[in-house]
Amino acid sequence: MSKVNMTVNGKSVSRDVADTTLLSEFLREDLRLTGTHVGCDTSQCGACVVHVDGRPVKSCTALAVALDGSDVTTIEGIADGKDLHPMQAAFKANHGLQCGFCTPGMIMSGIDMVNRYQAEGKTLTADAIREELEGNICRCTGYHNIVKSIEEAAGQMSGMAKAAE
Amino acid sequence: MSEGIGARVTRKEDKRFITGKGKYTDDIRMENQAYAAFVRSPHAHATVKSIDASGAEAMDGVIEVLNGAQLTGDEIGNIICGWAITSKDGSPMNMGAWSALATEKVRYVGDAVAVVIAETQALARLAAEEVVVEYDELPAVAMADKALEAGAPEIHDNAPGNLIYDWEIGEEAATDAALSGAAHVTEMEITNNRLSPNPMEPRSAVATYDEAEDHYTLYTTSQNPHVARLVLSAFYNVAPEHKLRVIAPDVGGGFGSKIYIYPEEITCLWASMRTGRSVKWTSDRSEAFMTDAHGRDHVTTAKMGFDADGKIVGFKVDTIANFGAYMSLFSSAVPTYLYATLLSGQYNITNIHCNVRAVYTNTVPVDAYRGAGRPEACYAIERMMETAAREMNMDPGELRRRNFIGEFPHETPVIMTYDAGDFDGNLDKALAAADVSGFAARKAEAASRGKLRGLGYSCYIEACGIAPSAAVGSLGAGVGLWESAEVRVNPVGTIEVLTGSHSHGQGHETTFAQIVAERFSIPIDNVQIVHGDTDKVQFGMGTYGSRSGAVGMSAIVKAMDKVEAKVKKIAAHTLEASEDDIVIEGGEVKVAGTDKAMGWHEVGLAAYTSHNLPDGMEPGLKEGAFYDPTNFTFPAGAYICEVEVDPETGVTEIVQFTAADDFGTIINPMIVEGQVHGGVAQGIGQAMLEQVVYDDDAQLITGSYMDYTMPRADDVPFYTIEHNTTVCPGNPLGIKGCGEAGAIGAPPAVINAITDAIGTNDLQMPATPQAVWSALQTVQNKMAAE
Repeated sequence: MSKVNMTVNGKSVSRDVADTTLLSEFLREDLRLTGTHVGCDTSQCGACVVHVDGRPVKSCTALAVALDGSDVTTIEGIADGKDLHPMQAAFKANHGLQCGFCTPGMIMSGIDMVNRYQAEGKTLTADAIREELEGNICRCTGYHNIVKSIEEAAGQMSGMAKAAE
Repeated sequence: MSEGIGARVTRKEDKRFITGKGKYTDDIRMENQAYAAFVRSPHAHATVKSIDASGAEAMDGVIEVLNGAQLTGDEIGNIICGWAITSKDGSPMNMGAWSALATEKVRYVGDAVAVVIAETQALARLAAEEVVVEYDELPAVAMADKALEAGAPEIHDNAPGNLIYDWEIGEEAATDAALSGAAHVTEMEITNNRLSPNPMEPRSAVATYDEAEDHYTLYTTSQNPHVARLVLSAFYNVAPEHKLRVIAPDVGGGFGSKIYIYPEEITCLWASMRTGRSVKWTSDRSEAFMTDAHGRDHVTTAKMGFDADGKIVGFKVDTIANFGAYMSLFSSAVPTYLYATLLSGQYNITNIHCNVRAVYTNTVPVDAYRGAGRPEACYAIERMMETAAREMNMDPGELRRRNFIGEFPHETPVIMTYDAGDFDGNLDKALAAADVSGFAARKAEAASRGKLRGLGYSCYIEACGIAPSAAVGSLGAGVGLWESAEVRVNPVGTIEVLTGSHSHGQGHETTFAQIVAERFSIPIDNVQIVHGDTDKVQFGMGTYGSRSGAVGMSAIVKAMDKVEAKVKKIAAHTLEASEDDIVIEGGEVKVAGTDKAMGWHEVGLAAYTSHNLPDGMEPGLKEGAFYDPTNFTFPAGAYICEVEVDPETGVTEIVQFTAADDFGTIINPMIVEGQVHGGVAQGIGQAMLEQVVYDDDAQLITGSYMDYTMPRADDVPFYTIEHNTTVCPGNPLGIKGCGEAGAIGAPPAVINAITDAIGTNDLQMPATPQAVWSALQTVQNKMAAE
């Protein structure tokens, strides 16, 4: 057992966990943040994507103890109070989800790709979104509306970034 | 009304999913919860000599290790197949015994022999590794055609030669005669590849036995919790029906694979009773590949005969269907009544004969997967049509048009009666949307870049709205396939609808609310859809076979009819008018043509206060209904796929995919389009990417997403969707269903397009780059030799 300290969705947390505890288990079982889902055991499906220190991480592949001191954001932590994050709102507006199981990972990956492209001054095209989604599998939507959702959110996030400047 | 039938409203259920607040089975944690891990056979076929659990039981935190002998000792019943098929010689199907935990013999890799119950999941899994099972390996067989060969290993004692049934439909002699007199006969060998359904949420179960109440609760990933309760109690003897509550909370996709009641749910319930603990099991993906029912896996030879005008004179089909090691719940119906009955396609064919042999192999049980039999039928017909058109030098659209059924109702020679459709209109819409007239120019442009363009058609039909109970009963079904609903108007006028349909991605909480909003002129936010809990909903047959609209919504309509009748009686009484003059509109219940009206909520209140109701009327405003369909429904459409093949590598890109569907009435176009998108993607997956592979020893090779190719975002295009609506005459809303169309219609369109591009008809699914490249080499070598 080791003590793990993290900031999760803006709150400090501290737990004693087994050294083998995965970040996904830490979030789901120790913190009961069950929005992060586990859909495979080979780091392929991306349902478990969270942000660690601003970078997207497949939480089923990271050990909690190795991330001691990290700042973690999960699907539960991206809305601003009652206001949805633009990526969440875009998934609803564009019917970018059906069963909802892959959705948290899709949204977290979507936010990351928009942020990265904006930071690099690149345009996030539909083709680029499809390529960026290589690590996220959806079985319901055929991806059509997921790509549309991320495209729309990218536009809104870009507008917000400009307004903030 | 903006939120009613036909409105593109966003989904009521989305908020909890996009904020991470969905409640899936694995998210549930009970007090006093323990975890199950299964000890599974590493061999495809073996006798079990001994099980030594002493090492595992000695581990700190292991509660109990249970095996099949104990399960049988507690009189837990064998797993059943719910549809009896009779062979053509009159004999019943040969169903081998399937125990939730194998006792004397294991029959596929993953067959469970014991279960460890421990304090944590990690410990349960570690302890499962410590259970020592001694096996005597037996020869194994994975391919259905091989399993039928003389000398093949026999899997069940009561299924000689591994044959489950040898069934036929249609007139063989007449079909043979028609084929022998045909001007042209197209003959093909067609493989329908084996698939793993792969809903993104793995299966899971949390079972709790409450000793004080002598009551069981099971949370599980189910498409049909009431059927689960029925089967668990009536057949598996786990718990009596009135003492078992089954809850299917948020379920992360099903596609058929969550219809069935698997060994794990049975075992968790039983283990909860044995240990006095809540028992949770959640599959990982590797376990899912090993144990979730697979789909498809047909080997077919087919002959289609045409007269000199291109009219089909006969269609003869011989299919071998792989059932895996045990007969799953609906397995027997899939290659018979869900497959062979659709072999007339959209065409006027007088003579059809189909023979089906169902076969045991040492593989995971095979059952319904999105489309279930209908994709296999559509693939056979539409590959034949395209190939025949090429052989006869006819336009593939024109060949289809010459054979389209144009008058309804139309009775096929394979016992279906199509009720409505417009097959020419579907094809017209698809041709226009796909800009087929511009294809030659696009093909030439692609050729200038060294690429091969191809165009493929598929005109599918399916039988949905499963199903008229008496009809399926006469064909061997063990259950009726009606649906139930209850509509409860509260004293304040808000409404709860209790439905036996189950939503696991389909958006019922929105679309079902839309039909209520339309009828009673209230906002969808005032309607709550309740489903998935046997304690809340009286009964239901669940969601599969594109039945929730055609059957589930029809039950709601029937219940709403009764509510409306009572509302009108109350309003007529209160407003001192005739019932016939009462209308419901604009949130009010009015006397037509006057200013006399009550608010909708006032009628609800009047019903519950009961201060002033018509003489003899019972208080309250709540009505239930069961709806049993009178016929199947027949969604149909025309799909056109355009591909570009790189001849150097065989890499194929789908440059355009057009779907023109006739789904009857559409409640919410946004959701219907989403169903088509997802179905088409699964069809593209089958056509180009997906294949469950077993080696010669029946070891599963494709055991993870590293080996089994799921469609990803860059494998599929944006889809072009068109609708051509003919209303279904068989149900009150005119709905045909949309859930499976894409998965049914897409595979032949894709393969027809690729074979058009590379100039050979000889290509099987999945058309991987290697398969396409190899087929192209064969064509080029043949051309070089000529």
